[in-house]
Amino acid sequence: MIGLSRRRGVIAHIVLIIGMLVVAFPIYYTFVASTHSLQTILRPPLPLLPGPEIFNNYYEALFGGIGRIGGVNVWTLLFNTTVMALSIAVGKIIISILSAYAIVFFRFPFRMTFFWLIFITLMLPVEVRIMPTYAVMVNLGLIDTYTGLTLPLMASATATLLFRQFFLTIPGELIEAARIDGAGPWRFFKDILMPLSRTNIAALFVILFIYGWTQYLWPLLMTNRNDMTTIVIGLKKMISFADADTQWHLVMVTAMLAIIPPILVVLFMQRWFVRGLIETEK
Amino acid sequence: MSPRVVFPNKILPYLLVAPQLAITIVFFYWPASQALRQSMLKEDPFGLRSRFVWFDNFERVLTDPNYLNSVKVTVVFSVSTAFASMALALLLAVMADRVIRAKGFYRTMLIWPYAVAPAIAGMLWLFLFNPSIGSLAIGLRWLGIPWDPLLNGSNAMILVVAAAAWKQISYNFLFFVAGLQAIPKTLIEAAAIDGAGETKRFWTIIFPLLAPTTFFLLVINTTYAFFDTFGIIHAVTGGGPGKATETMVYKVYSDGALNQLLGASAAQSVILMVIVIGLTAVQFRYVERKVHYG
Amino acid sequence: MATVDLKDVRKVYAGNVEAVKGVSIDIADGALCVLVGPSGCGKSTLLRMVAGLETITGGTVSIDGKVVNEIGPAERDIAMVFQNYALYPHMKVYDNMAYGLRNRGTPKDEIDRRVREAAETLELAHLLDRRPRELSGGQRQRVAMGRAIVRKPKVFLFDEPLSNLDAKLRGQMRVEIKNLQRSLGVTSVYVTHDQLEAMTLADTLVVMNAGVVEQAGAPLDIYEKPASTFVASFIGAPPMNMIPAGGDGHPEALAGAQTLGFRPEDARISTPAGEGGLTLAAVVEAVEPVGAESFLYCAAEGQHLVVRVAGRSGANIGDKLTVTTPREKLHWFDKAGRRVSA
Repeated sequence: MIGLSRRRGVIAHIVLIIGMLVVAFPIYYTFVASTHSLQTILRPPLPLLPGPEIFNNYYEALFGGIGRIGGVNVWTLLFNTTVMALSIAVGKIIISILSAYAIVFFRFPFRMTFFWLIFITLMLPVEVRIMPTYAVMVNLGLIDTYTGLTLPLMASATATLLFRQFFLTIPGELIEAARIDGAGPWRFFKDILMPLSRTNIAALFVILFIYGWTQYLWPLLMTNRNDMTTIVIGLKKMISFADADTQWHLVMVTAMLAIIPPILVVLFMQRWFVRGLIETEK
Repeated sequence: MSPRVVFPNKILPYLLVAPQLAITIVFFYWPASQALRQSMLKEDPFGLRSRFVWFDNFERVLTDPNYLNSVKVTVVFSVSTAFASMALALLLAVMADRVIRAKGFYRTMLIWPYAVAPAIAGMLWLFLFNPSIGSLAIGLRWLGIPWDPLLNGSNAMILVVAAAAWKQISYNFLFFVAGLQAIPKTLIEAAAIDGAGETKRFWTIIFPLLAPTTFFLLVINTTYAFFDTFGIIHAVTGGGPGKATETMVYKVYSDGALNQLLGASAAQSVILMVIVIGLTAVQFRYVERKVHYG
Repeated sequence: MATVDLKDVRKVYAGNVEAVKGVSIDIADGALCVLVGPSGCGKSTLLRMVAGLETITGGTVSIDGKVVNEIGPAERDIAMVFQNYALYPHMKVYDNMAYGLRNRGTPKDEIDRRVREAAETLELAHLLDRRPRELSGGQRQRVAMGRAIVRKPKVFLFDEPLSNLDAKLRGQMRVEIKNLQRSLGVTSVYVTHDQLEAMTLADTLVVMNAGVVEQAGAPLDIYEKPASTFVASFIGAPPMNMIPAGGDGHPEALAGAQTLGFRPEDARISTPAGEGGLTLAAVVEAVEPVGAESFLYCAAEGQHLVVRVAGRSGANIGDKLTVTTPREKLHWFDKAGRRVSA
């Protein structure tokens, strides 16, 4: 530490506390709103403390009347979103690790062509090719299917580049030693590469789970049926600021349900998350 | 690095890259090439046949005042979002670098917005700030500030920028913290001995040494504001009121999916592709630069 | 010009770790004081307290007779050379040296004059437009020195400035630092873990261990009369031989002595010890010829000893020798490891 000023420490804490309040407030207030009755919400300002309706609201949203969101209940949406987030995370990791393995540990014709083909996809996010992608999906009959929701998002250059980068740091002597010990490509992959990649995989999993969970444009395009969509889209469909029918207390419960799972993943896997974030961008 | 040691298999590597290549070709290259083709086609009014028109679509898009408006909206939106989010994150990171106690606690409390979907972030902010039931909108009115993001274009822009910037603070914060940690403590000490006060140390030593991180985040935040914020616009304003928040990506969607103007939408897609290629190229130049102070 | 006085200086870190346990040192104006000790002995912490980079838990640090405990590093009028040099990577050599002067509002032409003068002294004149990453280790070291001398501070602080250099360069820079310090006449505190560096540089040598000063004084006084077994084995290479001397085996022992020490170069072979001297029957275990001298590694009384002999040694492994040391070359230490004098 430099200098002796206690004041600067105090100022730092004050700024951080204010920052923390600003950052956490929208989420906290959503929770507060999810514990009040519709009448209370419609007569702002909303109290700063949780209200008495917490049990009723959550019960009603989770188990009460069926088909609140366009004929679909919250469980279906949560299930769809979980399927989407998990399959994208797992699928992407498997696909990327395999192709990175091929590109780093084998020599074959068109290797660099393949590498560039994968690399260039960085420059083709869904947002820049919305309509033709939609047309392709329609032609393949993938609208309103889990395959349609997940498979196209499994190929990504970022994850492949991350694994490639990591594999390149593995010393050549290790492969030589493995080959002298009689290990083929599969044994090397299973016994040496996988154990070494564990932390990278965990880190990437957190990032990809959140990526999958928070998708918006893709499920918006790929699903017409309400029972095939995700909770984020479902939430959007529940809200209408123009008409007075919006069941705000239930919207707020649904919003909580939509943000709690990824927040839990981030908080409980914080170490991997921070690492993954910083590594994937290297 | 020593020459790579490799396995001698002939077929296996192709099997390994096959899944990724298949998905890439079917879901990336095919649609992208369709976009390129379509951007040069014009359909007749009944959608029955189309003809090749070279760059007509581009010409029409680039002279369309609505499109130029969306370019302007995108620039304002991206610059404001990136600036607001990075400035706040930097301030918080510098403060977090100073405290000794409770560092981990602050970090934990500051990273959750990352996990919130942009669209939900937008909806939460709209809930707080919508004129009829938003608790914070009441506060603004009470302060005498006229506020109606549903009718006033600048209000709407402020709202989406706030939501988009809020969601991105976590990300920028973590990178700035990492960047600050990478600056050797002895440099700061040397500067203190050299007579630089706290503010001076920040601007003459810390900020210049953070430049690589800042530059990198600038690219990432621009990309984020261009593309990943579609959900915020779609869920909060729908591009309104009166196209005041219609960004380029949102316009591709509304022209294509809502108004079925395929040629125009495709031409806009191609323009966006060019922008992404530019941003990616800049980002990879940066990777080279990263060794700069090594 | 200034004196530096430490009075019962203590440092306790959070969690009650006591790094410095009450150190008092007076450094005369213009003297070079070297703090030496093993890593973790508190020498760097002490230096950083003098610099103002660490708060002082107890006691006082005075520079030029003025207590500076509550004064920040910038106002203490000191300059420091760091172990990793801490050059500002984004600034050219010139700006690295000028930075401290600019912060103090020195006029531009004065800055320019001083920087060029220092660059001349350190043979850096042709490097002023380079950035630190374009320099070799030795050049960076010089820039770090230059940054310190342009300021003309009251006190120089050196924190292991040579430990990142290779052996040859280190020897060369050691001489340069000594000459520069002497010609500028600036009071200096120098921290190192290298006893050779400490011996050759110091006007005053301070040997530290576990947060306390074991011994302070002129280097050769310390070498000749180490105050404790710790100092005896830390200063000098190879280290002093130590054998237990309690009980009846050593009638020559001084009263209260438990340990007997003698330096490898003070031992003789097959020469009468003289009155009150030490005579040991030893067996050669290894011979290390290094050119101008040879080291004989021997076993005696269950202890391992080193004996230095000039030139080539005719001894072979397994040879039985008589090792002797005259009385005036013997060092005696009590149970607590403190020196016992006749």
